[in-house]
Amino acid sequence: MKRTTLKTILLASTLLAGGAAWADDVTLSIESWRNDDLSIWQDKIIPAFEAANPGIKVKFTPSAPAEYNAVLNSKLDAGSAGDLITCRPFDASLALYDGGKLSDLTDLDGMKNFSDVAKSAWSTDDAAHTFCVPMASVIHGFIYNKDAFKAIGVEPPATVDEFFAVLDKIKADGTYIPMAMGTNDQWEAATMGYQNIGPNYWKGEEGRLALIKGTQKLTDEDWVAPYKQLAKWKDYLGDGFEAQTYPDSQNLFTLGRAAIYPAGSWEISGFNGLVDFEMGAFPPPVQVAGDTCYISDHADIAIGMNAKTAHPEETRKFLDWVASPEFATLYSNALPGFFSLSNAEVKMEDPLAEEFVSWRSKCKSTIRSTYQILSRGTPNLENETWNASAAVIKGTETPEDAGKRLQEGLASWYAPQK
Amino acid sequence: MSRPASNAAAKPVFKWHILVFLAPAVLVYTAVMIYPLFNTLRLALYTTIDRERVFAGLDNFRTLFGDPNWSGQFWNALGNNFWFFLIHMLVQNPIGVALAAILSSRRLRFAALYRSAIFIPTILSFVIVGFAWKLILSPIWGIAPGMLDAIGLKFLYAPWLGKEEYALTTLALVSVWQFVGIPMMLIYAALLSIPDEILEAGECDGITGMAAFWKIKLPLILPSIGIISILTFVANFNAFDLIYAAQGALAGPDFATDILGTFLYRTFFGFQLQLGDPNMGSAIASAMFGIILIGVCLYLFVIQRRLRSYQF
Repeated sequence: MKRTTLKTILLASTLLAGGAAWADDVTLSIESWRNDDLSIWQDKIIPAFEAANPGIKVKFTPSAPAEYNAVLNSKLDAGSAGDLITCRPFDASLALYDGGKLSDLTDLDGMKNFSDVAKSAWSTDDAAHTFCVPMASVIHGFIYNKDAFKAIGVEPPATVDEFFAVLDKIKADGTYIPMAMGTNDQWEAATMGYQNIGPNYWKGEEGRLALIKGTQKLTDEDWVAPYKQLAKWKDYLGDGFEAQTYPDSQNLFTLGRAAIYPAGSWEISGFNGLVDFEMGAFPPPVQVAGDTCYISDHADIAIGMNAKTAHPEETRKFLDWVASPEFATLYSNALPGFFSLSNAEVKMEDPLAEEFVSWRSKCKSTIRSTYQILSRGTPNLENETWNASAAVIKGTETPEDAGKRLQEGLASWYAPQK
Repeated sequence: MSRPASNAAAKPVFKWHILVFLAPAVLVYTAVMIYPLFNTLRLALYTTIDRERVFAGLDNFRTLFGDPNWSGQFWNALGNNFWFFLIHMLVQNPIGVALAAILSSRRLRFAALYRSAIFIPTILSFVIVGFAWKLILSPIWGIAPGMLDAIGLKFLYAPWLGKEEYALTTLALVSVWQFVGIPMMLIYAALLSIPDEILEAGECDGITGMAAFWKIKLPLILPSIGIISILTFVANFNAFDLIYAAQGALAGPDFATDILGTFLYRTFFGFQLQLGDPNMGSAIASAMFGIILIGVCLYLFVIQRRLRSYQF
């Protein structure tokens, strides 16, 4: 009697559990480092998907940007990662694909909406397999305070000489800090400094690919010259820039205390809500007027599928939607400054974002020099570049020494550079 | 339990109750301290190849001390750690002793108020202390430049946390500010336990005021100072929180504030582009354990034996 009761209870519980699972919607969760975008995903992007796909719920669960790579790796190893994985460009994601953590998405329908260049950041070296759906790229340049420029009477500079002339004038005027950047967090110096102005010196893709092939070295003039310009920035940064953090710089600019902000386009959406002056943007100045300009149009963010997901079908459905022109328009306008990599025509509403994206037709695009292949070994070239850029701006290392140190580090493990 | 006493004397009985009473503490301590410690030491001997954990002997240590990329960072962190410790020994502990001596003076008014005020930072979270000081010292929003300006000393101001030569010392002093209450309290308690008769006997021999402190009180509190030194040593070499809260795991500028704790964190869990490596992390943790063990042993076998304690 007792035994039968137990059996009945067990049976009932199994049925209940089964029934409950059947009635539930499938919930997919997204791993991401974009915790700034939480409300945009929750209020705009996810509702649009859920409305079109009843029965699938999506949760956006970001972690801190600085810890994302490490957290994601441990979660994937432990099997507790979400169904959808936001992909960093190049080696970080390639390592995950090679390690069997990300699924191959080459045959996903939506992939036809992307050019090979857009897919290159998330494809194997031979371009045979693509494992993340490209979402957006970010463009580097300088955002400036239009009111400040008008008050001082300067125009956005086109050449390096004009650029320093403008900085001198702002400094002489004294109302504004000429440029808002600090070296405390290091990556700003490299990303918004070196990788921002550098492509004009190493001629974008030409120099970047030559470095990968080993025909150019980091000690070459093209690669040291950007450091020489950075070393001159020192005099135009605010007092105590050595201890100035990234949020400090953002605040200095949005509070109207600094005139120029070396930027990535991802700042646009954040800045729009904070400033009470008009913002403009200019691309990194060229050396001589009339030179071809190069911009860093860096494929930055994509999304892939956890190979161990329990809901592969629903996950692919979501990814297909991410690849659609509908998502491209929604995303680019919800987050001005993140430019869709899709071939689809996207209408931009934000004037500042429009300005950034217009450089694509005037200048040649390239990606950050250290991301593809060159940061696979130890010492990691990207990490070293952060450190070198910060040291050069502070004046604790000369541009030539920085180039020499980076070249030695790279040559220590990268065969074509030996 | 009513055994004849003669029987027990003839045959020593195994005292089960000792085991039973020890068991909870031993079990809990083993589960949360001893087992993880030895497991960490074990993990340091393995390495990961193609996502398989394989035994590698002392390879991780060879990399840590032999490969310039690792050893440079390790010695830098260790050197910084010694500097961090030195500042605490030279600033925190003498100030703690001095404060305790002043507080124990019978003529001081509001002693309880001062005691609480100085002790309060100790109970604050590292995160609060780190962020508060970062803001105070900030060249942009901080009150430090303004305050120095108000007394005409603006030229003394520098962005201390951003300069390689000052950052570590600044953070060490922030830590001193936070923890000076601990030596103060311990010494204060030791000073209070000195019987008045001894001091009065000294007075009869003409030893009063400062002389009483140097000749009577200080020798009597030396064992407490020893304990404080070793506590400072262990706490400093395990430190991590303050640096992480103020400078992040990259321990900028240019690793000038990198101590063993942040180096361990970066290696074990990964940071920014660097991925976590639990095996190398364990190797660093083992090295830290070794350093602390050597330090504590030196203290126990060399210094503590020479300290005389007095029974009243």
